[in-house]
Amino acid sequence: LLQAKYKERGTVLAEDQLAQMSKQLDMFKTNLEEFASKHKQEIRKNPEFRVQFQDMCATIGVDPLASGKGFWSEMLGVGDFYYELGVQIIEVCLALKHRNGGLITLEELHQQVLKGRGKFAQDVSQDDLLRAIKKLKVLGNGFGIIPVGGTYLIQSVPAELNMDHTVVLQLAEKKGYVTVSEIRSSLKWETERAKQVLEHLLKEGMAWLDTQAPEEPQYWLPALFTELYSQEITPEEAKEAIP
Amino acid sequence: MDRFAWTSGLLELGETLVVQQRGVRLCDGEEKVKFDSGVLLLSTHRLIWRDQKNHECCIAIPLSQIVFIEEQAAGVGKSAKIVVHLHPASSNKEPGPFQSSKYSYIKLSFKEHGQIEFYRRLSEEITQRRWESMPTGQPIQVNKDPQAGRIRAVGIVGIERKLEEKRKETDKNISEAFEDLSKLMEKAKEMVELSKSIANKIKEKQGDITEDETIRFKSYLLSMGIANPVTRETHGSGTHYHMQLAKQLAGILQTPLEERGGIMSLTEVYCLVNRARGLELLSPEDLVNACKMLESLKLPLRLRVFDSGVMVIELQSHNEEEMVASALDTVSEKGSLTADEFAKLVGMSVLLAKERLLLAEKMGHLCRDDSVEGLRFYPNLFLTQS
Repeated sequence: LLQAKYKERGTVLAEDQLAQMSKQLDMFKTNLEEFASKHKQEIRKNPEFRVQFQDMCATIGVDPLASGKGFWSEMLGVGDFYYELGVQIIEVCLALKHRNGGLITLEELHQQVLKGRGKFAQDVSQDDLLRAIKKLKVLGNGFGIIPVGGTYLIQSVPAELNMDHTVVLQLAEKKGYVTVSEIRSSLKWETERAKQVLEHLLKEGMAWLDTQAPEEPQYWLPALFTELYSQEITPEEAKEAIP
Repeated sequence: MDRFAWTSGLLELGETLVVQQRGVRLCDGEEKVKFDSGVLLLSTHRLIWRDQKNHECCIAIPLSQIVFIEEQAAGVGKSAKIVVHLHPASSNKEPGPFQSSKYSYIKLSFKEHGQIEFYRRLSEEITQRRWESMPTGQPIQVNKDPQAGRIRAVGIVGIERKLEEKRKETDKNISEAFEDLSKLMEKAKEMVELSKSIANKIKEKQGDITEDETIRFKSYLLSMGIANPVTRETHGSGTHYHMQLAKQLAGILQTPLEERGGIMSLTEVYCLVNRARGLELLSPEDLVNACKMLESLKLPLRLRVFDSGVMVIELQSHNEEEMVASALDTVSEKGSLTADEFAKLVGMSVLLAKERLLLAEKMGHLCRDDSVEGLRFYPNLFLTQS
């Protein structure tokens, strides 16, 4: 009987709390509306402010980008900003995939996205891109973020890249290419292990092989070619990007 | 960088624009400064730099200050640069962003290329010294406008004051925004705590909360952006919103799916739907949650997840296994095909083409040849000719 009583009390408490939450939610909505009316522009125009905003949300356990139906998105307009950015990122990655195998530096992605957005669009920071990409992961297209030498490589294809692959990518980042000897001396791996990783990258189209290099074959990453930066996306590539 | 002066960026009478280039960063000698993204303009008289984000931030240096210029080639990860060596600043120079500098040169970094043309034009202007033969008038004066009731500043000092005021205003706005944001976050935090408590109760007493109440709770979580700790098998993370969305999607996607052979990747759907909407876009999670409900709502589309993790939307009438049979025919005809080749032949995206070939392989119809030249599929003769 006592147990039943406790059980009942517990249920009532939960219902009470639900009613309380409903009320608090309404109040919060009003507060947010007030905040938006004063500071919505700040979020739109100021990338640093967006970073602060996102960090604060993360600290308290709130994801302002989870849903377009969320208050944050509806009232502050943060949603549309990032979701649209997501579309632009997907388009750039699709257009350039045949060149770089689905790996692109954050810098190049940034430049191409800015170009696509045009002169009068809002400014977009690299932090903005990273947040948009993190959200895109859930679509199952293989979006991933790989830290390399102070920046990031963005993966946009469902190719499996494990720790071994990542570490070789990081090694290649310095010069844009890597050789088996370098892997052996820097990472202390056996030739077989190095070759396996390099072959996987070749197969995925993320690395190109230069057999005419002076000492030994060099494995280049098109994603890291500086000369390709700012190269325009051709009309054929753009067509590939739009379903 | 102390040779630069604030300017309105307006060309003076007798001054002509020669060339301009976007995406230029200024460096004070070897050190980076705040001016990292701007349009660099070369006129017959000056070198002008305007911030791309804040058009009111505009600085200039007379070409007469330049001693000589050098090119610095691009490197891996580094843009090409022009190094501009300067005479010391004159004592009657107009106010600028820097009072002093330990360098007697600046670097122009061309992040979006254009340095070759710019260097050529700049060399020409420095050689020709057209500013000596083309005396310029005063910058265009801006007058008081009594009707508007606003006082416009006159001359460079006025412009500088306006910029300073604007900077102070911006700073004030930001700190006020931060203060308000902190207060808002405190309230949001309370909501998060409350929701955790409710979630715990629901977990402990499964079945004592009504279905309706659980759905209500989930919609509260959705509004706040709080991750859902309570999942129900029937609806997953779905809410009424997602149910409605699922129905909408079924309507919107029918035709596009038919046009694309009955199947589209989720990223394609995301782009298609959001581009059509223009405003009030869907988040990736919204899309996934809605799609998860398609089957249970008996809609004519369904979500399918391949082994690779790739997610697609298919028409219910679409049968990927049947498509595999026709894929086998295509591959047999050609002897062997890679995903790229197959995609081009059939008119599909490479992503989906690959998935179809992988499925065919899984079903035993195709064999793979995995080499550094790529992944190639052959009809599985082991099966047919054993």
